Amino acid sequence: MEKSRSELGQIVVGVSRDPLGLMGLIIVGTIVFCAIFAALIVPYDPVGMNIKDRLQGPSFSHLLGTDQLGRDTFSRVIMGGQVALKVALPAVFGAMAIGLTLGMIAGYGPKWLDNLLMLFFDTIRSFPTVMFALAVVALVGPSLQTVVVVVMATSIPTYGRVARTQTLTLRNSEFILAERSMGASMKRILGVHMLPNIIGVLAVLAAMDIPTVIALEAGLSFLGLGVKPPTPSWGALLKDGYSLIRQTPWLVVGGGLPIILATLGFTFLGESLRDVVDPKLRKQR
Amino acid sequence: MTETLLEIDRLSVDYETARGDLKALRDISFDVRKGEIVGIVGESGCGKSTLISSILRLTAPNTRFRQGEVRFKGQDLLQATERQMRDLRGADISIVFQDPMQTHNPVLTIGQQMLDIQHRSKDSKADKLARAAKMLGAVGIPDPEARLAQFPHEFSGGMRQRIAIAMALMSEPDLLIADEPTTALDATLEVQIIERLQELQQEFDCAILFISHHLGVIAELCDRVVVMYAGAVIESGDVREIFHDPKHPYTRRLIDCDPGHIKERARVLPTIPGEVPDLANLPGGCIFRDRCEQAMARCATDVPPLTQLKQGHHAACWLNHEEANT
Repeated sequence: MEKSRSELGQIVVGVSRDPLGLMGLIIVGTIVFCAIFAALIVPYDPVGMNIKDRLQGPSFSHLLGTDQLGRDTFSRVIMGGQVALKVALPAVFGAMAIGLTLGMIAGYGPKWLDNLLMLFFDTIRSFPTVMFALAVVALVGPSLQTVVVVVMATSIPTYGRVARTQTLTLRNSEFILAERSMGASMKRILGVHMLPNIIGVLAVLAAMDIPTVIALEAGLSFLGLGVKPPTPSWGALLKDGYSLIRQTPWLVVGGGLPIILATLGFTFLGESLRDVVDPKLRKQR
Repeated sequence: MTETLLEIDRLSVDYETARGDLKALRDISFDVRKGEIVGIVGESGCGKSTLISSILRLTAPNTRFRQGEVRFKGQDLLQATERQMRDLRGADISIVFQDPMQTHNPVLTIGQQMLDIQHRSKDSKADKLARAAKMLGAVGIPDPEARLAQFPHEFSGGMRQRIAIAMALMSEPDLLIADEPTTALDATLEVQIIERLQELQQEFDCAILFISHHLGVIAELCDRVVVMYAGAVIESGDVREIFHDPKHPYTRRLIDCDPGHIKERARVLPTIPGEVPDLANLPGGCIFRDRCEQAMARCATDVPPLTQLKQGHHAACWLNHEEANT
């Protein structure tokens, strides 16, 4: 355990040396911090209505103004961050875990299983994500869980394909042959030798995928297919602001800016991570 | 007479391909005794690698064992279960591969990898690490404890090959297969590795099956040598016998072509003209006939058998038979 902590420390130090990586780290850190302590940060109840103070501009009492129901936009933005991460993290890590497992099975297992799994991946990929989401929401109704499941299901093939390609390349590499000739079992080869070679690539992919998922959740919420109305979501904020853009532009800013920041932050972090986790590049840095 | 460790008995291996069966190994027989170093020489594509993968049963899916046995301590490995093979690999039989830049996992430290190959042992992690450090010291890696924390890319090629040897010897195997372990290294390192192998062989008393196409190394290191050509053994015997009195024209030409053997300054290095026959479509008779200057009528029709000429010296050539001289 001691070992992996210093490894993690090395990665953090490596990322923060890169200016873009540092920026990503700060943005992502802020978003995560705000999401975790959202309940303590918000000045008002994010779903509490106050019709008297509706559609106000920014002021000291309402940092980002209020919406048509008098709800504090700043509080809703902070809470929306929590919702965004609640969707993005389980969806991305779930998809990564399942995709990794299936991809490694496809890459290392028998040919027929590979073909079957690839058919499965291609079938999922052939559905446009939004259409698929529409269909699922029409069936089971909009909710946070629905969004998570839809996003997870549609991104499994991406991880699966990358994991499969990596496994196929590694499978024929000489060091895996060397491990086999030293009597390693299949479990040992996959778990001890292939996994650390694949996980880095997938972690980078996941970091880059989080903003896509956040944007997708916002998009679905914008269409009214994501989280249910009283729950604050960046997409829902955008939607509310969109219809009222002439009266008050602050709602659109409140919903749009965090999406842009989150996308930038996670992308910077992902790109920087990609350079740092590669042990062959680590030395040159 | 010392105990026989590995016995290859009339082994024939084919590769099934779209062009038909590729006869990669035909009727191979030789043995390795306990604590002995046996060299296998032959040009690229003569079946050396197929032979190794057949011994370890790590063959490509299209491999077919047509006949023969590979007996290790009396057990036929071709009949063994996958489980039995796995217990054997890395414990009783170890292997060092050709390219040291490719044989280590790039994302694990040397220490982690050396821990991993001791997965059969129930000792504590500290004991295993200590043993790993001791082995690294034995192969001549300075400051082994600190080196365990480093990644493969932080070592040079020669060091990596020594680490590979350390890993292979970790379980104190009875048989070490060295698959051209010095081909990817430069000449000075080659000498170092060979000397180290010799020392370690004395220390651990393991038999070594040494694959190479470098005759000088074979002469230096081995007790006996097996010469292969196009998937068959054409000559085998004591190293001194083979080098001083080769009985097969191919062996003779091979020795003439060795740069270490050339005395005069030559503008062009000598080669053996012609090509290795197509293994999917073998001609009848002697396989070396087309490239042999002494080929006779009989060579075109009959395959010369591997016959014993003296105690411990076999060759497969009609020139060594009485009737050839009449």
